[in-house]
Amino acid sequence: MNLELSHFSASLLFAVLASIVFGISQRNSPKEMVKYGLYCLVLFVGGVLVAGWLMWIIKH
Amino acid sequence: MAGKTNIQEASHGRVPARPVLTAMAVIAPAVGWLVPGFGHIAQKRWVRGGLLLACILTMFFVGLAMQGKVYSPNTGDILEILGFIGDIGAGGLYFVSKAMGWGQGAVHRATADYGTKYIIVAGLLNIISAVDAYHIAIGKKR
Repeated sequence: MNLELSHFSASLLFAVLASIVFGISQRNSPKEMVKYGLYCLVLFVGGVLVAGWLMWIIKH
Repeated sequence: MAGKTNIQEASHGRVPARPVLTAMAVIAPAVGWLVPGFGHIAQKRWVRGGLLLACILTMFFVGLAMQGKVYSPNTGDILEILGFIGDIGAGGLYFVSKAMGWGQGAVHRATADYGTKYIIVAGLLNIISAVDAYHIAIGKKR
């Protein structure tokens, strides 16, 4: 099998999977888990977008 | 009795003063390391265990599908050693992939490096999940 993901889709999939594990393992109640998982997801994806724009600015 | 007290304390958001080392406190992290999510499933946390299993399996096999590399035990470059430590965290998945000859890596492909990182992170997430299973077993977490 050979899978080719773009940079963005690879980072998005990574963010989703890692956020779910962080949410489950770092909080106690289901509600807190969902909130923390979403928080991690926003940080992951936000970090990717900020880093992407920073690299664009540096290049131009 | 002491285990029950710990669970009661955890349900009230308090950390037990002294963790109780039960058989489950040994079995859950070991099983959780060997098979992702099974440390939770063994303690009847079905949904959490299922989600952990799905996430870690997906990350590991997507990494392999992206032609990522599975490191072997080595004493070479520090990054290679750390890569192996991350990979071994995946437990049974690591041994299966080694036995099947998967994860040879394809250095000429840009996405293969992402695949290698996916595999390492799958191992690291599995360690986090096994530690979480231990915390549930000792009553530190519900």
